[in-house]
Amino acid sequence: MAEKTYLQAISDGLRQEMRRDQRVFCLGEDVGVYGGAFKVTLGFQEEFGPWRVLDTPLSETAIVAGATGAAIMGMRPVAEMQFADFVSCAWDHLVTVAAKQRWRVGTPVPIVLRLPSGGGFSGGPFHSQNPESSFAHIPGLKCVCPATPEDAKGLLISAIEDPNPVLYFEHKHLYRRIKGEVPDERYTTPIGKARIHQEGEDVSVITWGAMVYTAAEAAKQLDDLSVEIVDLRSIMPWDKEAVLASARKTSKVLVLHEDTRSGGFGGEIAATIGEEAFEDLDAPVKRIAAPDTPVPFSPVLEKAFIPQVDDVVAGLRELAEY
Amino acid sequence: MAIARVAEPSGSLQDAKEWGLDREDLLQMYRNMLVTRGVEERGHILYRQGKIPGSFYTGRGNEASAVGVATAMGPDDVGTPLHRDMGVHITRGVEPWRIFAQYMGRADGPTRGKDGNVHMADHRLGLIAMVSHLPAMLPVAVGCALAFRIREEKRVAVGWFGEGAAARGDAHEGMNFAGVRRLPVVFICDNNQWAYSTPTHLGYAVEHLADRAAAYGFEGVVVDGTDVLAVYRETKRAIEKAREGGGPTLIESQTLRMEGHAVHDDAFYVPKELFERWAERDPIERLRTWLRDNVDMSDDEEDEITSYVKKLLNDALHRAEESPLPEVSTLTEGVYATPEDLDTPHHK
Repeated sequence: MAEKTYLQAISDGLRQEMRRDQRVFCLGEDVGVYGGAFKVTLGFQEEFGPWRVLDTPLSETAIVAGATGAAIMGMRPVAEMQFADFVSCAWDHLVTVAAKQRWRVGTPVPIVLRLPSGGGFSGGPFHSQNPESSFAHIPGLKCVCPATPEDAKGLLISAIEDPNPVLYFEHKHLYRRIKGEVPDERYTTPIGKARIHQEGEDVSVITWGAMVYTAAEAAKQLDDLSVEIVDLRSIMPWDKEAVLASARKTSKVLVLHEDTRSGGFGGEIAATIGEEAFEDLDAPVKRIAAPDTPVPFSPVLEKAFIPQVDDVVAGLRELAEY
Repeated sequence: MAIARVAEPSGSLQDAKEWGLDREDLLQMYRNMLVTRGVEERGHILYRQGKIPGSFYTGRGNEASAVGVATAMGPDDVGTPLHRDMGVHITRGVEPWRIFAQYMGRADGPTRGKDGNVHMADHRLGLIAMVSHLPAMLPVAVGCALAFRIREEKRVAVGWFGEGAAARGDAHEGMNFAGVRRLPVVFICDNNQWAYSTPTHLGYAVEHLADRAAAYGFEGVVVDGTDVLAVYRETKRAIEKAREGGGPTLIESQTLRMEGHAVHDDAFYVPKELFERWAERDPIERLRTWLRDNVDMSDDEEDEITSYVKKLLNDALHRAEESPLPEVSTLTEGVYATPEDLDTPHHK
């Protein structure tokens, strides 16, 4: 056990799997010589060689389709999109080919797509998005969004082990900012299981990714309120039971995400709570999310876009007083 | 200005032997082409009888191309055939009754009613099921070749696309990646001259699509897609080159789509004289004549093959019609794979 950054935990998990399993290889733009745009695969090419740490042309379609073909042939590719935003170029190969192949013809497609996502550093409209809800909507894909270094490693290993296409959303704003104890040995974090980030009695926050820390900071500012924070960890499949249990426990729920509001995954969560725990609620389920705009560039605009601690404090207050 | 090599037409029996085909192989190709056309003709009848839901697509005119390519593939090679390539499924050993069951949305079709038409494949036979978005399967074939290259296996992937789909970015990205890494993949462009109603001059501006191969750093070949032995020879050459580390080849197989895009389309936009001209080059008739001239295929042999095909298809139809409709409960099954699904030849 050692303290590691979120980024080191991803890197360690990937390296460990590549050492253990010859079928695992990574591919993407600049992942080899350069070590990846965020240096997750730094030093990998020296250890594993140029064919298992494969620098591709600037071709998201070829990366995802290539990973799909290789996976069907028995490999376990871990493909990197330089930024999650660029996965739009490979939509067809994820959604049309990889997601449907098992259901249509029984062919599993065990690929992992690493997606550096999220904003907070003036990346602008094309380097800051959180597109998880778009993919959670596609039957056949799995989506995970780790928030802690421990889960970053454990979920990556689970994703590689999983026989399905798994989109692994790694939040860029957590890369070097968040540190935590990470076991040295190999372990998995189950896909589809939430984690209680902190227990509480009065209000629940259901969230994932970088917003876990925004929620925790807000909770800290509310001495008089006992806030439970549920870190969903996986968006598809998602831990409905854990969410409903927390909703029944506190009777007041805030769903918080960095993605935009309309059609965001928070809507699905709120609707499910409404359907299945209505009688247990003491207030309408509240959502806090980004407004329905592209992600802005200027810091002042971006701060207005990404839910801030103050927004969550106000939301929790409002729920508490309902 | 043409850049790609234009392949010679097929030659004598001696030539065929040089490329590894004996008399029985040649008769088998003929048989496979007849089964291919027969499956689609019978499918069309089923469609008109109202037994096939949705739409129905055939590959009439493409039998030589599909069978020629598939015959050149080795047992461990893999491919991603498309909707004009029924001959690939037949040659690789898919049983016709399963195809009829697929057409009719029955439980015994390879997709068990979850998908229709030629959206099917038996991965145990080295085939990967197509999607409608063409040429999405082309870079998937490149990914198969990438796996072979990483594992240093002497296997080759074959990816198909049409001249219409050649306009899409997937074709470029797949071929570029394969060229950069000299991957063991052969690209087959079924150029049947019509992308639905769009003629070639509205689809691309080079003389031959195979000319594009030069831009990706590998060889392009144009072959007469109605000449099964020439298709076989060029594919065999390309596959063996890829197997030995020589990188990809793009083969443009020229045919005419002898029917509409799908059976609802009467292809009014195709000039009649074009159909007439290409009807004279019917691939099955061409091989039949060649077999009679070069390997003395007798009347008896021909009759035997014809009745074999007829019986095969009759039995297949009968068996497929007995196949049950899928249980509604299967709708939600198999959206996600389980670890047991990885218990396939490719994952061992």
